[in-house]
Amino acid sequence: MVSSAPKIPATNRIGLTLADYKGSPSTLCDGCGHDAITSQIIKAYYELGIEPHTVAKLSGIGCSSKTPAYFLNRAHGFNSTHGRMPSVATGACVANKDLRMIGVSGDGDTASIGLGQFCHLVRRNVPMIYIVENNGVYGLTKGQFSATADLASKSKSGVLNELPPIDLCGLAIELGCGFVGRSFAGDPKQLVALLKAAASFKGTAVLDVISPCVTFNNHEGSTKSYKYAKEMETPLHELGFIPFYEQITVDYEPGTVTDVELHDGSHLRLKKTNRDYDATSKAEAVATIAQAAADKQFLTGLLYINEDKENFAEVMHMSDTPIVHIPNEVLRPKKEVLDEVMQSLM
Amino acid sequence: MGTHTVKTLEANTAQKVESGRVVNDFSIEVGTVNGSGSQSSNSVLMRSIFQMGIPVSGKNLFPSNIAGLPTWFTIRVNKNGYIARKKDIDILVAMNPQTAIEDVKNLKPGAVCVSPQEMNLQAIRSDVKHYPVPFTELAAKATDNIKLRKLVTNMIYVGVVAELLDIDQSEIENAIRRQFKKKQSAADLNIKASDTGREWAKENLKKDDPYYVEKMDLTAGKIIIDGNAAAGLGCMFAGVQVATWYPITPSSSLCESLIDYMKKYRLEPETGKATFAIVQAEDELAAIGMALGAGWAGARSMTSTSGPGISLMAEFAGYGYFTEIPVVIFDVQRVGPSTGMPTRTSQADLLSAYTLSHGDTKHIVLLPGSVAECYEFAVKSFDIAERFQTPIFVLSDLDLGMNNWMSEAFTYPDQPMDRGKVLNKEALEKAGVFERYRDVDGDGIPYRTIPGTDHPLAAYFTRGSGHNEKAGYTERPEDYVNLMNRLLKKLETSKKYIPLPIVDHNKNAKAGIIAFGSSDFAILESRDQLQAANIQTSYLRLRALPLTDEVKNFIEAHDHTYVVEQNRDGQLRDLIVAEYPQFATKIRSLRHYDGLPLDARFVTDSIISEEK
Repeated sequence: MVSSAPKIPATNRIGLTLADYKGSPSTLCDGCGHDAITSQIIKAYYELGIEPHTVAKLSGIGCSSKTPAYFLNRAHGFNSTHGRMPSVATGACVANKDLRMIGVSGDGDTASIGLGQFCHLVRRNVPMIYIVENNGVYGLTKGQFSATADLASKSKSGVLNELPPIDLCGLAIELGCGFVGRSFAGDPKQLVALLKAAASFKGTAVLDVISPCVTFNNHEGSTKSYKYAKEMETPLHELGFIPFYEQITVDYEPGTVTDVELHDGSHLRLKKTNRDYDATSKAEAVATIAQAAADKQFLTGLLYINEDKENFAEVMHMSDTPIVHIPNEVLRPKKEVLDEVMQSLM
Repeated sequence: MGTHTVKTLEANTAQKVESGRVVNDFSIEVGTVNGSGSQSSNSVLMRSIFQMGIPVSGKNLFPSNIAGLPTWFTIRVNKNGYIARKKDIDILVAMNPQTAIEDVKNLKPGAVCVSPQEMNLQAIRSDVKHYPVPFTELAAKATDNIKLRKLVTNMIYVGVVAELLDIDQSEIENAIRRQFKKKQSAADLNIKASDTGREWAKENLKKDDPYYVEKMDLTAGKIIIDGNAAAGLGCMFAGVQVATWYPITPSSSLCESLIDYMKKYRLEPETGKATFAIVQAEDELAAIGMALGAGWAGARSMTSTSGPGISLMAEFAGYGYFTEIPVVIFDVQRVGPSTGMPTRTSQADLLSAYTLSHGDTKHIVLLPGSVAECYEFAVKSFDIAERFQTPIFVLSDLDLGMNNWMSEAFTYPDQPMDRGKVLNKEALEKAGVFERYRDVDGDGIPYRTIPGTDHPLAAYFTRGSGHNEKAGYTERPEDYVNLMNRLLKKLETSKKYIPLPIVDHNKNAKAGIIAFGSSDFAILESRDQLQAANIQTSYLRLRALPLTDEVKNFIEAHDHTYVVEQNRDGQLRDLIVAEYPQFATKIRSLRHYDGLPLDARFVTDSIISEEK
């Protein structure tokens, strides 16, 4: 209390402050779930000590897709067209496989207009974090249901949703995604652990984050409201993330924790809650998601992890040098090559 | 169609073939069924004539179908080097029973018809010289393998035609060896088949028609290539880094050729790894999205498509224009609207490409008029895209893209690559300031940075929404107007950078002709025909949009100007009149839009009827 020296802000392992990971001020509604997610993204990248300029932020169209402007101002951003961020990310990935990409989308952007591109992104296993900020509603156009709205959930104007939801986690697993998590904007501890693990994952990491829309979908009868999500959230496990540059020190009782080592040497610790869940089993993940839907349960955590699959940059058999850094003289073949081709056509 | 046929017959009956020898000036049409393997035979026929030094061109008129529907392959042999489509057929090889009768009916008197004898086509036209051939019998002689008989029949007609026209047997053999270069046994079988046809013709047919080939020396150093392969080659020499595509006729072979070339010449010699990425997308929306993502990330990127794909790319094309991302988009035009006629040619995407997207949009459009320009403009398009940081359209068409054309050999790029205004770490450090959308140089073109650049000033936010000079979100009226005006200024600047029109100004001409793209072949021939009819013309071949002063000066200098194009609405005419309303009454529009390539006679007859 007596210190008079100017306060030196804390720095991370590369000497940057938390402020260095921030973006422009949010223009979303006060209390929007998306802003809570943005805070955890900032925290995750700061704590991991990732150099901001190595990151590329991408999004589609919608409230969620505005958020890349609100974090990592030192990273290039690409706010694309509605539902088409996956294709832009795919192109950026093959151009520069060293970019660390994070995509932010919404339920309309992913589950409706962008469902096709989402599927193909996952199928290709484009290395990136793909966050769906899921609120079951179109906010910018004032409250229409999206394709993730639960059956019989009620809109603000009192209309009941008559179509079943698309479960993006189940779909992603079906399509071969190796990192599928579901979380809640109101559960920062779990979310930040999932984000950090996703940042270490080598393929597409899909995070479906329930993110209540305080203006259009936070009322009684909504299954995407803060109240509903808080009451219903059932974590599958407690998540802990130990980055590759930290020593593992914490001991744990045998049989209580599953340790997953990621390709960069980081560890993800899944500590048992009152249920026994094996996140490395695809069959169990699919069955659990289906059962949770039937039981109207809101299960969160890491639903599935499997890092075996080659990512898209690997599949493309590209040079070790990112394509974008290959010099002009290599890109344009020599005159002899043209002469040879011409000769063959004569 | 019925009335059309009658009309053609009437017109034809009036004509007579001059007696004597007609050397190196005729066209051959082979009517077959698609999927029957006739393509190789037709290539052999065409190439063997080319190897004899005689100018030749080939056109494949095919259905949108995999197998079983009628296909026509036309070879035009012309000592003067005209390689446009010629309407009249001199020699018909009628192999397809479905169309043989119609095909024979369309012949002019004195034309030649080679056909299977069992079709008995003599009964239909007695004023045509018929050569009935027992193909079934000959095929049995050429191979014991029943499965191969249908295939070898194609090479038997090559032998028969070669004998009738006096094509060198050695050139036929060379062409076959070349066609089947990796398959020795297939080459042997095909040579045997063509020999079988030739020998039979020698013994059994009495030559009674005027058509002959004779060796010339006009193809030395020349190549034969289709426009799509030429464009693919151009992309490789442009140093393309990322190509994305979705299969669509008639553009698929552009990226497929590119893949072949790149796999051969653009793998790292030490590692065998690619210095490029070519991605087959899930649709055209994704294809252009990927190309934009790659262009934004700093790569030379492209996509290739045709009409329906262009429609799908509209939203992203506007995005690329508004956010200023370099990308090259090839549009190998086919007949629209909708599915249209996917295997027929057209120039009807001119306006949609030029203004593709909602909102005010004008793109730079390149208009190659030959296979050499498909190559050359492909190389150039990437420089223009990166210099102007915008989508560049290269409008080819099915006729140019999918047909084989004779051309001068392509030349190696004489300029180094222009990678445009990119600020790297050092440049940013030196500048001390970076505003993504600021017109620093007064040419409308701002500076950009590449994602991953390690400098605190480097990052900016790309958005399709309203943005100010600092790339920040804005809805301020003056910000929007400034941005839109700067984009227009950029287009103005591009006029000094794009391929200018090629003008042949004839001082004695009252009439001018303006055309673009594949129409060039027919225009060149038509101008000679018009000259023979004492009509002098000047010619401006447009090679890019936006329009430049050359067009204005050209129209001004002539009493009237014919704008010739392959679409219904006179799209180029509309553009010219919109740009230069003062010339509205000086423009005459000639439009050819039946899906077939433009022929010289159409242009000549239309102009004669107006001029006389």
